[in-house]
Amino acid sequence: MIEQTRDGGDAATRKLEEQKEFHSYVWGIALALMLTLAPFALVHWAAMPGLSLLSVIGAFALVQMVVHFRFFLHIGFWQKREDLQLILFSTLLLVIMVAGTIWIMASLAMRMTLPAQP
Amino acid sequence: MNYEAIKHPGLNLGSAHGRDHDAAEGMVFGFWVFLMSDAILFSMVFATYVTSVGATAGGPGPHELYDIKSVFIETLLLLASSFTFGMASLALKYKHGTARLIGWLAVTLVLGVAFLGFELHDFASMFSKGAVPSRSGFLSAFFDLVPLHGLHVTGGSIWLICLVGQIAMYGVDTQVKLGLMRLALFWHFLDIVWIAIFSVVYLAGLT
Repeated sequence: MIEQTRDGGDAATRKLEEQKEFHSYVWGIALALMLTLAPFALVHWAAMPGLSLLSVIGAFALVQMVVHFRFFLHIGFWQKREDLQLILFSTLLLVIMVAGTIWIMASLAMRMTLPAQP
Repeated sequence: MNYEAIKHPGLNLGSAHGRDHDAAEGMVFGFWVFLMSDAILFSMVFATYVTSVGATAGGPGPHELYDIKSVFIETLLLLASSFTFGMASLALKYKHGTARLIGWLAVTLVLGVAFLGFELHDFASMFSKGAVPSRSGFLSAFFDLVPLHGLHVTGGSIWLICLVGQIAMYGVDTQVKLGLMRLALFWHFLDIVWIAIFSVVYLAGLT
């Protein structure tokens, strides 16, 4: 009970924490908006050549995912829980399976193409 | 950084909620494990889409079918709904009252349903161009991936309506709090999946 009063019972502390958490959501949506607008604008006005545009879209998407994890799901490096480890391990599995599938299927498609008749 | 130890992903209720905060730890973490397995499922459907993107079999391709304006509106709707769910989470944590909590949840639901409306409109206009799932490998993969996300949003919306019903029946008790915290994770997670969809499917398809 004593600990509870010290940690959560203090109204001023809670007010401060609430403001900080509210600002976290505002930062989250502001950053996410910018990271959404940029790739849509680039594609809409076709401002770049194909392959570099694809990598830019991918980079914006990855950064926006990190923003969502950080500001909406409140996951960060300060945590002692297994949440972040679980994300990283799932990401590892995901990358192995997705990259492996795309690699094998692309290789297969290449080998299955009939060579041009001389 | 934080005044209290964080027990699970998403917004923590904090010790002001007493026993509800302790009950949340295992329940929300277990749900987080499910979400990660759901992410693996989505990633495999993404891999299927990427490997079949060229298999149009002479049928319509991304450039004839995708409408960037509609996708942009859908993206904004889903992003806004993620923010309003965050406001609902804050209203729950800081006990701003049931009316405000339900208000934010209702706004979230409206945005989610509007997203689904735009998505269904997209699918209908694709069908009218002859782009049905059985037309080509590309379209089969497309209608495997994008409606799978739409189905998740539909499920989330039904879950949200059920939780509002529970609030009306039982008030904001432990079960309702735990449900709202898990639905918050689910909702934010679906927005992250949507980032991958608009980047990999729509934007990459239109380059």
